[in-house]
Amino acid sequence: MNYYAGKYDVIIVGAGHAGCEAALAVARRGYHVLVLSLNLDNIALMPCNPAIGGPAKSHLVREIDALGGEMALNTDRNAIQMRLLNTNKGPAVQALRAQCDKKRYQDNMKLILEGQAKLDLKQLMVEQINVKNGQVTGVTTHTGAIFNAPAVIITAGTYLKGRIILGEMYFDGGPNGQQVALNLADNLQELGIKSTRFKTGTPARIDSRTVNFSKMTEQPGDQKLHNFSFISPVTVRKQVSCWLTYTNEQTHAIIKANLHRSPVYSGTIKGIGPRYCPSIEDKIVRFADKSRHQVFIEPEGLDTYELYVQGMSTSLPEEVQYQFLRTIPGLESVAIIRSAYAIEYDCIIPTQLKPSLELKGIKGLFTAGQLNGTSGYEEAAAQGLIAGINAGCYIQNKPPLILSRADAYIGVLIDDLVTKGTPEPYRLLTSRAEYRLLLRQDNADLRLTAKGRAIGLVDDQRWAKFNQKKALIDQETQWLSKTFLPVTVAANEILTNAGTTAIKQKTRLELLLKRPEITYQVFNKLALIKRELPVDVQEQVEIQFKYQGYIQKQLAQVAKFKKMENKRLDKITDYNQITGLRNEAKQKLNDIKPLSLGQAARISGVSPADISVILIWLEQQRRQEQEKLKGRRQKAELNMRF
Amino acid sequence: MENTITAIATPLGEGSIGIVRISGNQAIAVGQKIFKAKYNHQWAQGAGFKLVYGHIINPQTKEIIDEVLLSLMRRPKSFTGEDIIEINCHGGLLPLRKILELTLNQGAVLAEPGEFSKRAFLNGRLDLAQAESIIDIIKSKTDTGLKIATAQLQGNLSAKIRDIQNDIAGLLAQIEANLDFPEHDLAEISSQQLAGKLKAILSEINELITGAEIGKIYRDGLRTVIIGRPNVGKSSLLNALLKEDRAIVTEVPGTTRDVITEIINRGGIPLKITDTAGLRKTENIVEKMGVERTKELIKQADLILFVLDVVTGWTKEDLEIMKLIKNTKVILILNKIDLHSDKIKAIKSKFTNIPVLEISALHRKGLGDLEQQITALVLGGQVGISAEPLITNIRHKQALEKTKKHLETIIKDNENKIPEDLLAIDIKDSWESLGEITGTTVSEDLIDRIFKDFCIGK
Repeated sequence: MNYYAGKYDVIIVGAGHAGCEAALAVARRGYHVLVLSLNLDNIALMPCNPAIGGPAKSHLVREIDALGGEMALNTDRNAIQMRLLNTNKGPAVQALRAQCDKKRYQDNMKLILEGQAKLDLKQLMVEQINVKNGQVTGVTTHTGAIFNAPAVIITAGTYLKGRIILGEMYFDGGPNGQQVALNLADNLQELGIKSTRFKTGTPARIDSRTVNFSKMTEQPGDQKLHNFSFISPVTVRKQVSCWLTYTNEQTHAIIKANLHRSPVYSGTIKGIGPRYCPSIEDKIVRFADKSRHQVFIEPEGLDTYELYVQGMSTSLPEEVQYQFLRTIPGLESVAIIRSAYAIEYDCIIPTQLKPSLELKGIKGLFTAGQLNGTSGYEEAAAQGLIAGINAGCYIQNKPPLILSRADAYIGVLIDDLVTKGTPEPYRLLTSRAEYRLLLRQDNADLRLTAKGRAIGLVDDQRWAKFNQKKALIDQETQWLSKTFLPVTVAANEILTNAGTTAIKQKTRLELLLKRPEITYQVFNKLALIKRELPVDVQEQVEIQFKYQGYIQKQLAQVAKFKKMENKRLDKITDYNQITGLRNEAKQKLNDIKPLSLGQAARISGVSPADISVILIWLEQQRRQEQEKLKGRRQKAELNMRF
Repeated sequence: MENTITAIATPLGEGSIGIVRISGNQAIAVGQKIFKAKYNHQWAQGAGFKLVYGHIINPQTKEIIDEVLLSLMRRPKSFTGEDIIEINCHGGLLPLRKILELTLNQGAVLAEPGEFSKRAFLNGRLDLAQAESIIDIIKSKTDTGLKIATAQLQGNLSAKIRDIQNDIAGLLAQIEANLDFPEHDLAEISSQQLAGKLKAILSEINELITGAEIGKIYRDGLRTVIIGRPNVGKSSLLNALLKEDRAIVTEVPGTTRDVITEIINRGGIPLKITDTAGLRKTENIVEKMGVERTKELIKQADLILFVLDVVTGWTKEDLEIMKLIKNTKVILILNKIDLHSDKIKAIKSKFTNIPVLEISALHRKGLGDLEQQITALVLGGQVGISAEPLITNIRHKQALEKTKKHLETIIKDNENKIPEDLLAIDIKDSWESLGEITGTTVSEDLIDRIFKDFCIGK
C-alpha cells in the first residue's frame, strides 16, 4: 500500500554524475533535498571508461568547479594519472584528462553526499512521478512510499527500459549488471513526455595478471602536477601508467568473419549509437583501409586487477571477444573479467525542455544527464548542476540560471540540446563552440565564479582565492603596459637566444609578451619578475596579450551574438498569431518556444526572413500596447475632469 | 546599432537616373570615402538635406566613376530614422553597379529584402498600418530572391563553389578532428601542407573573382522567354534576333529540348533571351523535362514572346499556354507571315489588350517592329528588369571577396606560427562566406565531416 513518507524541497531521482551535482547544488543552498537511487553502492558510478576530462569535457569540469560543483574536486582526489592534452596547440583546446580510481571516486562522492547537511539519501526505486494540474507534486517508489516536493529532478541515466545486448543474447538491465527501471519509463510516457531510443556500448574489462605489458608502449602521466579544481587541495599524486597496443589484420579478419553475429548488423539493435564512440566492428567496416587501430589499456583503479580496453567496445558474442582480443600484442593469453556489451535505453527528446532544464509541459519537473540524450560523465554532471541550481531557483520563484553560448561550454551543451535536439547520444566537442578562444578551460573561474557566488554555491574561501587571483592579473596587466625594457647588450642577447629579434629602443613589456617566442620564462631570465607571480596568473596574462587580436575578434562576434540574445521572445505564447511566418517556422517556434531571437535563429527551419517578421511583429505589439496605455490614460484623465 | 546597409533604390533598366541609398551610422563615413564634392564642399559637416554636386571616385584607383548629386538625410529625420546618404547617378546598370560595389568595399553590407522599410518601422518612422505590408515585402522578395538565386546557381559556378567549400570543410575537419580527439592516430596537417592547400584554394577564389566567370553566368538583362507550341518557329526567331544559327531548327516538332539562353542588345536594352522546348502534352521523358523547365522559366520571366504560327492558327494548346502566362507581360508574335494565311485577322481580333506583331523569322521581316515594341514597353515602365539577378550577382561577389580576405589572413597567420585552433576561426569564416552563396551553414556539416573522414572512437 502507498503511504505518505515525507516532504522535501527537491527530490532527485538517480545518483549518477548528474544526480550528485544536482543534489549538492540544491542542499548547499540550504534547501532540503532527497536523493533516491535504486542502488546506493552505485553513486557516481563510471560504467564505461575510467577517465574524466579531455577536450571540451575538461572545460565542462572546470566550469562545474567554478560554479561550486563537486566533479573537479572529486576527480582531483581520486585521479591516478593526469595528462594535459593538446599542449602543442593553442590555449583554447588544451585539455586536462584524468584516469580515475573508479571505486574510490564513487566512495568519495558517496561520503560527500552523506556528509552534506540537508541531504537525505535513500535506496528506493521511483516508479511514478506525481503530477497535479500540470505541476509536479512528488514521487512514488516501488515500496509505496510517497514523497512530496514542489520540484523533482529526474537523472535516470540509461536505466529507463535498459536492454543489455551481448552478441546473440539480450536481457533487460541497467548498466554494469544493474536493475532496469521499467515502470518509470512508462510513467513518463503517460505524462506525455516524448522519448526516443539510443544505444551505447562499453568494452571488456580484463585481468591485468594476464597481460604482457612488455609488448605495449607505456603511457605515463605528466611529471607536472595538474588539478581540475581551481581550489584543489591536492599537492602530490601517485600516478600509474596506461598502455598502448594495436589491433592487426588478424583481429580484423576474426571480426569480419563474425559480423553476422553482431546485433547491430543483424538488426537486434535498433537504437541509434554515437558516431564518436563506434564499436570495433563499426570501425573495421567503415574504415576498411586502416590496417590497425589503437587500443589503450587503462587501469580501473588501484585496488583491483581490472583493466579497461579502450577502443574495443563491441556487441559481438563473448567467445568472439576472446578470439579477437587474443590476437592483440600483449593480450595473447588475456582473461576477460567483464564482457563488452551494448545497452539500449529510452531517453527523452530534449527539445521538450526549457534552457533551465525544466520540462515545458510540467511545472517543477526537471531532467538532466544521459536521460536528456547526452553521453559522458561530464555532460551529465554539467546538466545536473544546472538542473539543481534551477530547481532551487524555481522553488524560490527566482529567475533560472541560463548560461549562454558565449558564457560557457555548459551553455553550448544545453542550448544545442533544447534548441536543436540531438540525433545521436550527444557529446560535447570544442568545435561545437563558436567562441572557443574565450571559453578556455584555464579561464573558467574568471568566466563563472561570480555567477556561482551570486547563486550561493561559491563559498567565502573560494571567493577570496578567486578575487586574489583576479587582482594579481589586473596588477600585472597594468604593470606590463607601463613598464619598459631598456636596450642593453645583455637583454638583447637573452632575446636573440629566445629566438626573437633584438630591440633597438626601450620597449613596453606588453609588446614583448605579444611575441610568440617570449614567455614568462624569458621574462625570468630578463629579471623582470620582481615578485613571486603564481603560474596561473602568468598564464592568464600571457594568453591575454599573445592572442589579443583573436580575442578581440571573438569579443566582437560575441557582441553581435548578444544583441540577438537580448531580444527576448519569452512573452510570445503562440506563433500562429504572427502572420507572415512560414508554416514550418510557426510549428518549430511553437515547439521550441525560444527565449530569445538568437535562439529562434538557431532553430533549423527558421529563416532570416522569419526573424525579420518576428522583429516587426514585436514592434507592432509594443506600439499597440503603448497606444492602449495612452488611451487608458486619456480616459482616466477625462474621468477625473468630470 | 546595426550594420550600415546599401542598395540600389531605383528600378533597373536604361532609365536616365538611378539612386544608390546607404543607411546606418557609417553611411556618412562611406559617403566621404567615395564622393568628392565640387569646390571642396564640406557636405558631411553640414546639416544635410541639400543636394551636393560632385563625383564618385574609386578610392583605390582614383578613377572617376560617375558625376552625381549626393544628399545627406541626418537621423532621425530620414526614411529609416538613421543617417541616409543617397547618390543620384546616371541610370543604367553599369554606374549603379559600380557605385554599389564601392559602398560595399567601404564596409556597408547589402540590404536584405525590405530592410530599409523594416528599419524605418523599427525606428518608428512608419506607422502601424504599414507593418503588414513590410512583412509582405520581406516575404515576397525573399521568395523571388531565393528562386532567382537558386536558378542562377545552377551550372558551373555552383559546382565550383561547392567544390571549394568541400575542400575547406576537409581542411577544417582534419584540424578539428585532431583538436577534439588527441591521442588518436589521425593524420595531422603540417603548417606547410596547410599553407599549400590554402594557397590552392585562394587561387581558385581569385580566379572566380577576376576571371569574369561570374559575369558570364550572371549577365544581367531583361529576362525574356520565347514560348509556343512545337514547330511554330521559336528557334528561328531566336536565330533571327541573334543573326546567327545557334539553336537547332528542324521540321521535327520537339527538337529544342534543352533551354538555350543568349544575351542580345536591342535598342539599348539588354535582353537575356531564352528559347524553350515547345509546349505540348508529351510522353517523351527528355522532352517532358524540357517542358517542366519552360514552366519554371515562365515564372521567372520579365517578358514573354509568345509565338504563333499563322498557318496553323489559334489552337486549343495555345489556349493552355495562354493560361500559363497570364500573369506575365506578353508580346504575341504571329510568325510565318511569308506563308499566306487567312487566319491573321481572326487571331488579331482576339487580343486587344496585348501587343500583337506580324513577322517572318525566316525572312527576318518585322524584327524592327519587335525591337521597337520591347523598347517601348521597357521605357514606358510596363516591363522592368528585375533587380534580383544583379543583386544576387553582387552578393555573390562580395561573399567571394570576404572569403578571399579570410584566406589571406589565415595564410599570413599560419606563417606567423599561430596555432591551428585559432586559424580555424578564420577557416570557419571563409567557409561561411561561401555558405552565403550556397545557403549552407558550417556547424553540423563539419561534425558530420569529422566522423565521415576520420576513424574516431574510444
